[in-house]
Amino acid sequence: MKILEVKDVNKRFGGLKALSEVNLSVEENTVHAIIGPNGAGKSTLLNCLVGKLIPDTGSVMFNGQSVLGRAPHEINQMGISRVFQTPEIFGDLTVMENMMIPCFAKRDGAFELNAISSVQSQKDIIEHAEHVLDDMNMLDKRHMVASAMSRGDKRRLEIGMCLSQEPRLLLLDEPTAGMARADTNNTIDLLKEIKSKRDITIVIIEHDMHVVFSLAERITVLAQGTPLVEDTPENIKGHPKVREAYLGESSGH
Amino acid sequence: MFGLDKKDTMLLLLVAALTALAPFLLNPFPEGSALAQFNAGYPDLMQRFVIFGIFAIGFNILFGLTGYLSFGHAAFLGVGSYAAVWMFKLLSMNVLPAIVLAVVMSGLFALLIGYVSLRRSGIYFSILTLAFAQMMFALAYSVLTPITGGETGLQLALDDPRILDGGVETGGNIPVPGLFGMEMRDSVQLELGAWVFTFNFGYYFAAVVMLIAFYIAIRIFRSPFGMMLRAIKANQQRLNYTGLNTRPYTLAAFVISGMYAGLAGALMASMDPLAGAERMFWTASGEVVLMTILGGVGTLIGPILGAGAIKYMENIISKINSDILHNWFAFLPDGLEDLLVTLVYPFIGKGWHLTLGIIFMLVVIFLPGGLVEGGQRVARLFKSKKTDSSAAKPQTEPGE
Ligand SMILES: Nc1ncnc2c1ncn2[C@@H]1O[C@H](COP(=O)(O)OP(=O)(O)OP(=O)(O)O)[C@@H](O)[C@H]1O
Ligand SMILES: [Mg+2]
Repeated sequence: MKILEVKDVNKRFGGLKALSEVNLSVEENTVHAIIGPNGAGKSTLLNCLVGKLIPDTGSVMFNGQSVLGRAPHEINQMGISRVFQTPEIFGDLTVMENMMIPCFAKRDGAFELNAISSVQSQKDIIEHAEHVLDDMNMLDKRHMVASAMSRGDKRRLEIGMCLSQEPRLLLLDEPTAGMARADTNNTIDLLKEIKSKRDITIVIIEHDMHVVFSLAERITVLAQGTPLVEDTPENIKGHPKVREAYLGESSGH
Repeated sequence: MFGLDKKDTMLLLLVAALTALAPFLLNPFPEGSALAQFNAGYPDLMQRFVIFGIFAIGFNILFGLTGYLSFGHAAFLGVGSYAAVWMFKLLSMNVLPAIVLAVVMSGLFALLIGYVSLRRSGIYFSILTLAFAQMMFALAYSVLTPITGGETGLQLALDDPRILDGGVETGGNIPVPGLFGMEMRDSVQLELGAWVFTFNFGYYFAAVVMLIAFYIAIRIFRSPFGMMLRAIKANQQRLNYTGLNTRPYTLAAFVISGMYAGLAGALMASMDPLAGAERMFWTASGEVVLMTILGGVGTLIGPILGAGAIKYMENIISKINSDILHNWFAFLPDGLEDLLVTLVYPFIGKGWHLTLGIIFMLVVIFLPGGLVEGGQRVARLFKSKKTDSSAAKPQTEPGE
């Protein structure tokens, strides 16, 4: 089943055509990578999926329902979580609090006036958040203020926050940028493990080809706002158009 | 205790002890001594400490937690005062119905104004709240004179209906607000040597209300709701993409803080049954912003400290005049005395705003966390001295 279907999406910024006639369909429970040079429109495409941008024309269907015109929180509650290109976390809050908030959103929905009980009494939330932090190898950092962490740790925290919601569709925008090699490999392992444990579809934008070829089952190459090809990793590696447009310089080493 | 952890319970008990002992603590100087004018332990001022404390505690729930800076919160204070005085006129001189109506009315006004203003954030939100408050001031001052008393304000009259108090004999005097037989102005004086301490019923009533308001604020700070409000301040966008609708959260915080303001307004009217439009003026809205920042934005006890500090300066420094200055410096040679008096004079009396301005600037620049941060730094200084002497160097806590 196709969980995500993007049809004929166009998006202009003034005179710039950031996306033109983009079609993309993602099979449920697969990892689908989107690659392409800087400025190709990859992040713009994700923005159109989560309600940050509204396409000028075209449709975006998630699980048979249109996401267009819905607010970001509604789209998240439908089952889409996103990691941003520059880490978006709650900098003033502790790592543990960062992790608890998505757990609350998952349990209580978009709004719940829970001003009487204390956070400390929410045992199920605490347990869940600690469990995810443990998976992320971040349990020892749970009392740290999030803004004090390294860029790589912030990103791992953000990934963990998204995973804690057990989304049906996880959107990752360059999740390993700024991470040390070891953390990158940990992240690959973590995503593989999550993938093997439960139903989840992942759309990942990535420049690091090691990450792409370790995880992706399908790859779409985007260039200048248009999908160039979509194929399996093996075929993409050898595709002449792709080598020319994108892998050209990176296939040399 | 009361569903609070140990630290918060200690804080609550500390504030309770301080408010209970305030008539002593604020009157440290013997009557008639040169320093007696620094005594703040008289009912009128003590009432103002706790009432503005309530106002600032509530304001901090909005501003301190969500970061939304309202410049119109005095409007809700005014609504509370008018509602309370109307209750005194129509229903009863008992303060409880007045307080209930004031909180409900200010909550409704906050719901309306918050609903519109919260469509914008940042400076636009602040300007919207300011515009609403000034509109309400203008309405109260002129257009709605039949309801608000206009320029002269809303006052009690001998022939007010007071339905519930019907049978009570007033003896030709306008009755005063009270609580089941006790009057807000009732006071007992205790003379100990040269000291005179005044225990006022109105003060203790307002203090109990403030403690309840403070307790509720602590619960809100520690609740999931409070955590969401802090998350809004930290990164509203992330919260949206995490599946949370921030609008009802900010609106709830706005309404709660508006109700706190209404409560404060009702207590003001209970101590002195009169409501005027100037209570809604933008300077009054600005004052609560200053109180919160001076004390420590987003801290629990900061707003109470800030309210106390500003009300203290307003009432004590403004009372110092040049004669008093001459008295203080009388021991100096004449020329020097005159010089010092001339130098200090602009900062006292009507010039207390100047003093406040300077203190405020110093705090914002050197103690961005307000008086609370000042207290923490002093405490840390003592702590590190202690640990230094015991040769155990503590590692800085993570996230400090
Ligand atoms: N909000 C915006 N307003 C105007 N132009 C934009 C906006 N967002 C993106 N663009 C432009 O659209 C184009 C596509 O940007 P996008 O961020 O989608 O690229 P990308 O493929 O994610 O690149 P990168 O690999 O560098 O992240 C770029 O030229 C960018 O400058
Ligand atoms: Mg991008």
